[in-house]
Amino acid sequence: MTSSNERRNRPALSLHVPEPDARPGEEVDFSGVAIPAAGSVARPDINVAPADIRDLPYTLIRVLDDDGKAVGPWDPRLDADTLRRMLRDMAMVRVYDERMFRAQRQGKTSFYMKSLGEEAVAVAAAHALDRDDMCFPTYRQQGLLIARDYPLTEMMCQVYSNAGDKLKGRQLPIMYSDREKGFFTISGNLGTQYPQAVGWAMGSAIKGDSRIAAAWIGDGATAEGDFHNAVTFAGVYRAPVVLNVVNNQWAISSFSGIAGGELTTFAARAVGYGIPGLRVDGNDPLAVYAATRWAADRARSNLGPTLIELFTYRVEGHSTSDDPSAYRPQGAGAKWPLGDPLMRLKAHLIGLGEWDEERHQQLLDQLGEEVKAAQKESEKLGTLGGEAAQSVESMFDDVFAELPWHLQEQREQALAEAEAKRK
Amino acid sequence: MTVMNMIEALNSAHDVMMGRDPDIVVMGEDVGYFGGVFRVTAGLQKKYGKTRAFDTPIAEGGIAGTAIGMAAYGLKPVVEMQFADYIYPAFDQIVSEAGRMRYRTAGEWTLPMVFRSPYGGGIFGGQTHSQSPEALFAHVCGIKTVIPSNPYDAKGLLIAAIEDPDPVIFFEPKRIYNGPFDGFHERPVTPWAKHPAAEVPEGYYTVPLGKAAVAREGNDVTILAYGTMVHVALATAEEQGIDAEVIDLRTIVPVDIDTIEASVKKTGRCVIIHEATRTGGFGAELAALVQERCFYHLEAPVQRVTGYDTPYPHSLEWTYFPGPTRLGIALKKALED
Ligand SMILES: Cc1ncc(C[n+]2csc(CCOP(=O)(O)OP(=O)(O)O)c2C)c(N)n1
Ligand SMILES: [Mg+2]
Repeated sequence: MTSSNERRNRPALSLHVPEPDARPGEEVDFSGVAIPAAGSVARPDINVAPADIRDLPYTLIRVLDDDGKAVGPWDPRLDADTLRRMLRDMAMVRVYDERMFRAQRQGKTSFYMKSLGEEAVAVAAAHALDRDDMCFPTYRQQGLLIARDYPLTEMMCQVYSNAGDKLKGRQLPIMYSDREKGFFTISGNLGTQYPQAVGWAMGSAIKGDSRIAAAWIGDGATAEGDFHNAVTFAGVYRAPVVLNVVNNQWAISSFSGIAGGELTTFAARAVGYGIPGLRVDGNDPLAVYAATRWAADRARSNLGPTLIELFTYRVEGHSTSDDPSAYRPQGAGAKWPLGDPLMRLKAHLIGLGEWDEERHQQLLDQLGEEVKAAQKESEKLGTLGGEAAQSVESMFDDVFAELPWHLQEQREQALAEAEAKRK
Repeated sequence: MTVMNMIEALNSAHDVMMGRDPDIVVMGEDVGYFGGVFRVTAGLQKKYGKTRAFDTPIAEGGIAGTAIGMAAYGLKPVVEMQFADYIYPAFDQIVSEAGRMRYRTAGEWTLPMVFRSPYGGGIFGGQTHSQSPEALFAHVCGIKTVIPSNPYDAKGLLIAAIEDPDPVIFFEPKRIYNGPFDGFHERPVTPWAKHPAAEVPEGYYTVPLGKAAVAREGNDVTILAYGTMVHVALATAEEQGIDAEVIDLRTIVPVDIDTIEASVKKTGRCVIIHEATRTGGFGAELAALVQERCFYHLEAPVQRVTGYDTPYPHSLEWTYFPGPTRLGIALKKALED
């Protein structure tokens, strides 16, 4: 045993606390971000042994080059209609987000979260998955619903907790749920959906089904035990699940270094669990599509789970309750070297001769009209803050399938209280 | 003396104690550079450095576990759990480890540490930013549970909690963080500047754990309350012209039984109010204590006024919230019986 005497010549221990490159008032510098050329990463066969692709978590799969051309083995070779539809869906997410953000600012609801700059993550995945695959999203994958044609009015009614909200005003805005669209109910408790997705996938495998599950989690939330529980179970049972980590580099005010992103990548978590890990340019819709497709095909072929890190950037605040200028330089998002997913897909389509500025403007105008019309329609059913849209009685429904005596009694008391308040 | 809101008072408690005791470290999600989502730890990292006030990964179990390890080393961690609703991943570490360390080692290892967390509704936070889980912690052994209701107490109690030799859960009523609350959500409030309890000394002082305060003296009925509900109780008594004695428990474990007993024996009637769900809530414990000790002084059954046994709804927030109407009905019953 070494005695403390022998250690004397060493420096005193010190604690390392990760710190982002730039704080407010400083210049952001993304020059240190390693960006391999588009098309430079090999695409293995789906039945490759995870041990043979341990380099993939440390590189970056990219398809669209700086000129908007699709290059390399990961190019999913999508037809122009699909590309246009993806462009439309991403643009719709953006227009919808902008509108609902403003509605919150106008006092029509309590809370909102945008996904500006991250639209490809959900939209491209939705296109790569089958329509009946089950999604376990976070609050930033509204693009899944939009890509699956969930009515905007339904989304807005949820945001307003109004009379049209099928969740009966119980959930915080944006915590959508729609079983029919394969969109699992969003939880406020970070990470909980991850093992649930694995369990759903295990269920599908137990029953010899053909559907797979996909889950999303933020870089920050990968620190939760539930992330590690999920990947452990997924690996053990080779569950048919696509596990996405949306690395937008920020949690609320803490950067990805606080989540463990300083020493390694999020995709590299996969290595320790013995499953494939892909690291993907999350602002490249074609790369997101291709990686999702690869992982989905593996899952469908009983080859098990894949962990996909989608490297992107949270351009705006965490939510309407957040002001990022308090902890990071202003305008950092505009400098993100991997650009804007919407603009990149647009450039790609224009390069193919399948799109032009005029059509793009028409699209934006048309989406603006659609969103405005949906907003008008949903606001007819109320906004938050006025008379509550839900009845007092409804508050006691759905705690259990049946109302036990104590909830019946409490419901009576609540009604009596409402009556007393009216007087 | 300075006028402080709850946040400023809590911030000041941290500042005073970090200045006095180099073993105090402050940790939690977003508490470092940013100073916490409610800004309770603002400025601490700048003043005391990154190894004394720092951000943690989003892993409440990890936060609690590492904080316990730091306390075992000899530090005094003051941990922020961003919302009480997100404390559950840390439940095992707090309940099975922090709460039992002294006992299982016969005092060989002890854990002077504080877990702070905003709790309660009233900010349209929906079911995951509104919960009041105090009874869960009151139910297990070895954890003290403290809940202030005003800036003066918040600072004094937090300092006492930091100095306490055992783990303390410190729930902060977020409804009254920034501004006061006078019981009625639909009415204008008196600003903190006009509340005597917002006069807070800048330096060190303590409000002892385990001691209740009589927030209002009265003779006809005792209202037992803590946190935001103290303000509901005061407003209701005032509004209805009831000669109620309002006891602000301040600490629920260990609860100040002497003050409770003296008051209920004086008034002969007792109404308990908390925002948490009813079944198995701390009100049940209080009702049991009151009947055990004051049975022959009671002139009416003890009443409980609580949140309902449902998750906290978003749109019906104020229907759920136990406000003056609900308390008024119970007071009337207690006084008529
Ligand atoms: C269990 C739990 N702890 C803390 C929070 C509070 N919280 C909500 S979102 C968030 C940051 C999440 O960051 P990340 O996972 O990177 O997702 P992003 O918002 O960037 O999409 C935090 C700390 C929570 N909702 N749940
Ligand atoms: Mg993030």
